[in-house]
Amino acid sequence: MAITVIVLVRSRNLFSVVVMGGIYSFLMATVLVALDAPDVAMTEASVGAGMSTVLLLSALYLCRSEEAKSLRGLWLPLAVAVTTGGMLVFGTLDLPAFSDPAAPIHTHVAPRYLNDALRETGVPNVVTDVLASYRGFDTLGEVTVVFTAGAGVIALLRRRRNRKQAGPQ
Amino acid sequence: MRHDLVLRVIAKLMMPFTLLFALYVQFHGDFGPGGGFQAGVIAAAMVILYALIYGLDQARKALPDWLVETMLAGGVLLYAGVGMAGLMLGGNFLDYFVLHADPVQGQHRGIFWVEAGVAVTVSGVMLKIFYMFAGRGRDPE
Repeated sequence: MAITVIVLVRSRNLFSVVVMGGIYSFLMATVLVALDAPDVAMTEASVGAGMSTVLLLSALYLCRSEEAKSLRGLWLPLAVAVTTGGMLVFGTLDLPAFSDPAAPIHTHVAPRYLNDALRETGVPNVVTDVLASYRGFDTLGEVTVVFTAGAGVIALLRRRRNRKQAGPQ
Repeated sequence: MRHDLVLRVIAKLMMPFTLLFALYVQFHGDFGPGGGFQAGVIAAAMVILYALIYGLDQARKALPDWLVETMLAGGVLLYAGVGMAGLMLGGNFLDYFVLHADPVQGQHRGIFWVEAGVAVTVSGVMLKIFYMFAGRGRDPE
Protein backbone atom coordinates (compact mmCIF):
# COMPACT_ATOMS: atom_id res chain seq x y z
CA MET A 1 0.00 0.00 0.00
CA ALA A 2 2.84 2.39 0.82
CA ILE A 3 4.40 1.74 -2.60
CA THR A 4 1.05 2.40 -4.26
CA VAL A 5 0.69 5.71 -2.48
CA ILE A 6 4.21 6.81 -3.44
CA VAL A 7 3.62 5.95 -7.09
CA LEU A 8 0.25 7.69 -6.85
CA VAL A 9 1.75 10.92 -5.55
CA ARG A 10 4.66 10.97 -8.00
CA SER A 11 2.66 10.14 -11.10
CA ARG A 12 1.67 12.97 -13.42
CA ASN A 13 -0.47 10.88 -15.75
CA LEU A 14 -4.05 10.98 -14.47
CA PHE A 15 -4.94 7.68 -16.12
CA SER A 16 -2.31 5.83 -14.11
CA VAL A 17 -3.39 7.76 -11.01
CA VAL A 18 -6.94 6.45 -11.42
CA VAL A 19 -5.73 2.88 -11.95
CA MET A 20 -3.40 3.10 -8.95
CA GLY A 21 -6.31 4.41 -6.91
CA GLY A 22 -8.25 1.29 -7.84
CA ILE A 23 -5.32 -0.91 -6.81
CA TYR A 24 -5.10 0.95 -3.51
CA SER A 25 -8.81 0.32 -2.90
CA PHE A 26 -8.39 -3.39 -3.53
CA LEU A 27 -5.45 -3.54 -1.11
CA MET A 28 -7.60 -1.68 1.41
CA ALA A 29 -10.34 -4.28 0.89
CA THR A 30 -7.89 -7.10 1.67
CA VAL A 31 -6.85 -5.25 4.84
CA LEU A 32 -10.53 -5.05 5.83
CA VAL A 33 -10.96 -8.78 5.21
CA ALA A 34 -7.95 -9.37 7.45
CA LEU A 35 -9.71 -7.26 10.10
CA ASP A 36 -12.75 -9.61 9.90
CA ALA A 37 -14.99 -7.00 8.30
CA PRO A 38 -16.16 -8.70 5.08
CA ASP A 39 -19.19 -6.42 4.70
CA VAL A 40 -17.05 -3.30 4.62
CA ALA A 41 -14.46 -5.04 2.44
CA MET A 42 -17.14 -5.87 -0.09
CA THR A 43 -18.31 -2.27 -0.18
CA GLU A 44 -14.75 -1.01 -0.54
CA ALA A 45 -13.99 -3.40 -3.38
CA SER A 46 -17.17 -2.67 -5.30
CA VAL A 47 -17.49 1.08 -4.69
CA GLY A 48 -13.89 2.15 -4.14
CA ALA A 49 -12.21 -0.03 -6.69
CA GLY A 50 -14.98 -0.63 -9.17
CA MET A 51 -17.49 2.18 -9.26
CA SER A 52 -15.31 5.20 -8.49
CA THR A 53 -12.65 4.00 -10.93
CA VAL A 54 -15.23 3.83 -13.71
CA LEU A 55 -16.65 7.23 -12.79
CA LEU A 56 -13.19 8.83 -12.64
CA LEU A 57 -12.28 7.32 -16.00
CA SER A 58 -15.46 8.64 -17.57
CA ALA A 59 -14.70 12.06 -16.07
CA LEU A 60 -11.16 11.77 -17.45
CA TYR A 61 -12.64 11.16 -20.88
CA LEU A 62 -14.04 14.69 -20.71
CA CYS A 63 -10.77 16.43 -19.86
CA ARG A 64 -7.05 16.11 -20.53
CA SER A 65 -5.29 13.14 -18.99
CA GLU A 66 -2.11 14.95 -18.01
CA GLU A 67 -1.93 16.78 -14.70
CA ALA A 68 -1.30 20.51 -15.11
CA LYS A 69 1.75 22.01 -13.43
CA SER A 70 0.82 23.67 -10.18
CA LEU A 71 1.01 27.45 -10.38
CA ARG A 72 1.53 28.30 -6.73
CA GLY A 73 4.08 26.88 -4.37
CA LEU A 74 3.66 23.48 -2.79
CA TRP A 75 4.45 24.55 0.74
CA LEU A 76 1.01 25.72 1.82
CA PRO A 77 -0.80 22.52 0.74
CA LEU A 78 1.98 20.47 2.32
CA ALA A 79 1.65 22.38 5.59
CA VAL A 80 -2.13 21.91 5.62
CA ALA A 81 -1.79 18.18 4.91
CA VAL A 82 0.89 17.65 7.56
CA THR A 83 -1.08 19.62 10.16
CA THR A 84 -4.30 17.73 9.48
CA GLY A 85 -2.51 14.38 9.50
CA GLY A 86 -0.71 15.28 12.71
CA MET A 87 -3.96 16.25 14.41
CA LEU A 88 -5.62 13.02 13.30
CA VAL A 89 -2.72 10.94 14.64
CA PHE A 90 -2.82 12.97 17.87
CA GLY A 91 -6.54 12.18 18.12
CA THR A 92 -5.93 8.44 17.79
CA LEU A 93 -3.54 8.53 20.76
CA ASP A 94 -6.53 8.79 23.11
CA LEU A 95 -8.34 5.80 21.59
CA PRO A 96 -8.25 2.53 23.51
CA ALA A 97 -5.73 -0.06 22.37
CA PHE A 98 -6.69 -2.20 19.37
CA SER A 99 -9.08 -5.07 20.31
CA ASP A 100 -9.06 -4.04 23.97
CA PRO A 101 -12.03 -5.92 25.50
CA ALA A 102 -12.55 -3.22 28.14
CA ALA A 103 -12.94 -0.43 25.59
CA PRO A 104 -16.17 1.54 26.01
CA ILE A 105 -17.49 0.46 22.63
CA HIS A 106 -17.37 -3.20 23.69
CA THR A 107 -19.17 -2.65 26.99
CA HIS A 108 -22.13 -0.48 25.97
CA VAL A 109 -24.55 -1.90 23.37
CA ALA A 110 -22.24 -4.24 21.46
CA PRO A 111 -22.72 -7.21 23.85
CA ARG A 112 -26.49 -6.90 23.57
CA TYR A 113 -26.29 -6.87 19.77
CA LEU A 114 -23.95 -9.85 19.70
CA ASN A 115 -25.83 -11.91 22.28
CA ASP A 116 -29.47 -11.12 21.58
CA ALA A 117 -29.59 -10.25 17.89
CA LEU A 118 -30.26 -13.80 16.74
CA ARG A 119 -33.05 -14.30 19.26
CA GLU A 120 -34.67 -10.93 18.66
CA THR A 121 -34.50 -10.73 14.88
CA GLY A 122 -33.74 -14.26 13.73
CA VAL A 123 -31.05 -12.98 11.33
CA PRO A 124 -27.60 -14.45 11.98
CA ASN A 125 -25.58 -11.67 10.33
CA VAL A 126 -25.21 -9.11 13.12
CA VAL A 127 -24.10 -6.41 10.67
CA THR A 128 -27.40 -6.71 8.84
CA ASP A 129 -29.28 -6.69 12.15
CA VAL A 130 -27.67 -3.50 13.34
CA LEU A 131 -27.85 -1.84 9.94
CA ALA A 132 -31.45 -2.58 9.07
CA SER A 133 -33.16 -3.12 12.39
CA TYR A 134 -31.50 -1.61 15.45
CA ARG A 135 -30.17 1.37 13.52
CA GLY A 136 -32.95 1.56 10.95
CA PHE A 137 -33.26 5.32 11.30
CA ASP A 138 -29.58 5.85 10.52
CA THR A 139 -29.79 3.68 7.44
CA LEU A 140 -32.88 5.55 6.28
CA GLY A 141 -30.84 8.71 6.59
CA GLU A 142 -27.99 7.15 4.63
CA VAL A 143 -30.29 6.10 1.83
CA THR A 144 -31.67 9.62 1.76
CA VAL A 145 -28.11 10.96 1.49
CA VAL A 146 -27.43 8.65 -1.46
CA PHE A 147 -30.67 9.77 -3.05
CA THR A 148 -29.75 13.42 -2.50
CA ALA A 149 -26.37 12.84 -4.13
CA GLY A 150 -28.04 11.39 -7.20
CA ALA A 151 -30.59 14.19 -7.31
CA GLY A 152 -27.79 16.74 -6.97
CA VAL A 153 -25.89 15.27 -9.90
CA ILE A 154 -29.04 15.33 -12.00
CA ALA A 155 -29.74 18.93 -11.06
CA LEU A 156 -26.18 20.10 -11.75
CA LEU A 157 -25.57 18.36 -15.04
CA ARG A 158 -29.00 18.79 -16.49
CA ARG A 159 -29.41 22.49 -15.87
CA ARG A 160 -26.18 23.21 -17.72
CA ARG A 161 -27.49 21.44 -20.78
CA ASN A 162 -30.70 23.44 -20.72
CA ARG A 163 -28.84 26.70 -20.38
CA LYS A 164 -26.69 25.91 -23.39
CA GLN A 165 -29.76 25.06 -25.39
CA ALA A 166 -31.37 28.32 -24.38
CA GLY A 167 -28.21 30.32 -25.10
CA PRO A 168 -28.12 30.65 -28.91
CA GLN A 169 -31.83 31.26 -29.26
CA MET B 1 -14.68 -1.46 -28.06
CA ARG B 2 -17.79 -2.05 -30.10
CA HIS B 3 -16.04 -4.32 -32.58
CA ASP B 4 -14.02 -6.46 -30.20
CA LEU B 5 -15.55 -9.92 -30.47
CA VAL B 6 -13.81 -11.42 -27.43
CA LEU B 7 -14.91 -8.62 -25.13
CA ARG B 8 -18.46 -8.71 -26.40
CA VAL B 9 -18.85 -12.45 -25.93
CA ILE B 10 -17.16 -12.54 -22.52
CA ALA B 11 -19.21 -9.60 -21.29
CA LYS B 12 -22.41 -11.23 -22.43
CA LEU B 13 -21.38 -14.44 -20.65
CA MET B 14 -20.54 -12.61 -17.44
CA MET B 15 -23.64 -10.49 -17.16
CA PRO B 16 -26.15 -13.09 -15.95
CA PHE B 17 -23.67 -14.36 -13.40
CA THR B 18 -23.01 -10.84 -12.16
CA LEU B 19 -26.72 -10.27 -11.74
CA LEU B 20 -27.08 -13.63 -10.00
CA PHE B 21 -24.25 -12.71 -7.64
CA ALA B 22 -25.92 -9.40 -6.91
CA LEU B 23 -29.16 -11.19 -6.04
CA TYR B 24 -27.23 -13.68 -3.92
CA VAL B 25 -25.55 -10.84 -2.02
CA GLN B 26 -28.93 -9.20 -1.61
CA PHE B 27 -30.92 -12.14 -0.30
CA HIS B 28 -28.12 -13.98 1.47
CA GLY B 29 -27.17 -10.79 3.32
CA ASP B 30 -29.06 -12.11 6.34
CA PHE B 31 -26.65 -15.00 6.72
CA GLY B 32 -23.37 -13.96 5.15
CA PRO B 33 -21.63 -10.71 4.35
CA GLY B 34 -23.52 -8.41 2.08
CA GLY B 35 -26.76 -6.53 1.91
CA GLY B 36 -28.67 -4.01 -0.09
CA PHE B 37 -25.86 -1.52 -0.57
CA GLN B 38 -23.36 -4.00 -1.98
CA ALA B 39 -25.98 -5.75 -4.09
CA GLY B 40 -27.11 -2.46 -5.58
CA VAL B 41 -23.57 -1.54 -6.56
CA ILE B 42 -22.94 -4.95 -8.13
CA ALA B 43 -26.16 -4.77 -10.13
CA ALA B 44 -25.24 -1.28 -11.31
CA ALA B 45 -21.76 -2.51 -12.22
CA MET B 46 -23.33 -5.10 -14.49
CA VAL B 47 -25.21 -2.44 -16.44
CA ILE B 48 -22.11 -0.25 -16.58
CA LEU B 49 -20.11 -3.15 -18.01
CA TYR B 50 -22.81 -3.54 -20.63
CA ALA B 51 -22.64 0.16 -21.39
CA LEU B 52 -18.83 0.08 -21.67
CA ILE B 53 -18.80 -2.82 -24.09
CA TYR B 54 -21.94 -2.25 -26.13
CA GLY B 55 -22.16 1.51 -25.95
CA LEU B 56 -24.16 3.87 -23.80
CA ASP B 57 -27.10 4.04 -26.18
CA GLN B 58 -27.71 0.31 -25.97
CA ALA B 59 -27.66 0.44 -22.18
CA ARG B 60 -30.02 3.40 -22.19
CA LYS B 61 -32.33 1.42 -24.43
CA ALA B 62 -32.30 -1.55 -22.07
CA LEU B 63 -32.66 0.52 -18.92
CA PRO B 64 -34.13 3.88 -19.86
CA ASP B 65 -33.58 7.09 -17.94
CA TRP B 66 -37.09 7.36 -16.57
CA LEU B 67 -36.77 3.89 -15.02
CA VAL B 68 -33.44 4.77 -13.38
CA GLU B 69 -34.88 7.99 -12.01
CA THR B 70 -37.89 6.13 -10.68
CA MET B 71 -35.55 3.67 -8.96
CA LEU B 72 -33.73 6.63 -7.40
CA ALA B 73 -36.80 7.81 -5.53
CA GLY B 74 -38.58 4.47 -5.32
CA GLY B 75 -35.99 2.91 -3.02
CA VAL B 76 -36.21 5.70 -0.48
CA LEU B 77 -40.00 5.58 -0.65
CA LEU B 78 -39.95 1.81 -0.18
CA TYR B 79 -37.74 2.18 2.89
CA ALA B 80 -39.90 4.93 4.36
CA GLY B 81 -42.98 2.94 3.37
CA VAL B 82 -41.82 0.05 5.55
CA GLY B 83 -41.56 2.56 8.38
CA MET B 84 -45.05 3.87 7.64
CA ALA B 85 -46.41 0.32 7.47
CA GLY B 86 -45.12 -0.22 11.00
CA LEU B 87 -46.88 3.00 11.98
CA MET B 88 -50.15 1.90 10.38
CA LEU B 89 -50.10 -1.47 12.10
CA GLY B 90 -49.86 0.13 15.50
CA GLY B 91 -46.12 0.22 16.16
CA ASN B 92 -43.52 2.94 16.04
CA PHE B 93 -41.92 4.27 12.85
CA LEU B 94 -39.64 1.55 11.42
CA ASP B 95 -40.97 -0.93 13.99
CA TYR B 96 -40.72 -4.35 12.33
CA PHE B 97 -42.21 -6.42 15.12
CA VAL B 98 -45.77 -5.60 14.10
CA LEU B 99 -45.32 -6.59 10.45
CA HIS B 100 -46.12 -10.23 11.18
CA ALA B 101 -47.93 -12.14 13.89
CA ASP B 102 -44.62 -13.64 14.97
CA PRO B 103 -42.23 -10.81 15.96
CA VAL B 104 -39.14 -12.61 14.66
CA GLN B 105 -40.85 -13.18 11.31
CA GLY B 106 -41.83 -9.52 11.35
CA GLN B 107 -38.19 -8.55 11.78
CA HIS B 108 -37.31 -10.79 8.83
CA ARG B 109 -39.92 -9.16 6.69
CA GLY B 110 -38.95 -5.64 7.68
CA ILE B 111 -35.24 -6.20 7.08
CA PHE B 112 -35.98 -7.79 3.71
CA TRP B 113 -37.97 -4.85 2.40
CA VAL B 114 -35.64 -2.27 3.87
CA GLU B 115 -32.65 -3.92 2.20
CA ALA B 116 -34.57 -4.04 -1.07
CA GLY B 117 -35.17 -0.31 -0.80
CA VAL B 118 -31.48 0.33 -0.17
CA ALA B 119 -30.47 -1.78 -3.17
CA VAL B 120 -32.91 -0.07 -5.53
CA THR B 121 -31.83 3.43 -4.57
CA VAL B 122 -28.11 2.68 -4.62
CA SER B 123 -28.12 1.02 -8.02
CA GLY B 124 -30.34 3.78 -9.38
CA VAL B 125 -28.01 6.52 -8.16
CA MET B 126 -24.87 4.76 -9.42
CA LEU B 127 -26.42 4.23 -12.84
CA LYS B 128 -27.74 7.77 -13.02
CA ILE B 129 -24.35 9.27 -12.18
CA PHE B 130 -22.69 7.06 -14.76
CA TYR B 131 -25.25 7.93 -17.42
CA MET B 132 -24.83 11.62 -16.67
CA PHE B 133 -21.04 11.57 -16.84
CA ALA B 134 -20.76 9.27 -19.81
CA GLY B 135 -23.45 11.12 -21.73
CA ARG B 136 -22.01 14.58 -21.25
CA GLY B 137 -19.18 14.54 -23.78
CA ARG B 138 -21.23 13.21 -26.65
CA ASP B 139 -24.72 14.64 -26.28
CA PRO B 140 -25.30 17.18 -29.03
CA GLU B 141 -25.71 20.42 -27.18
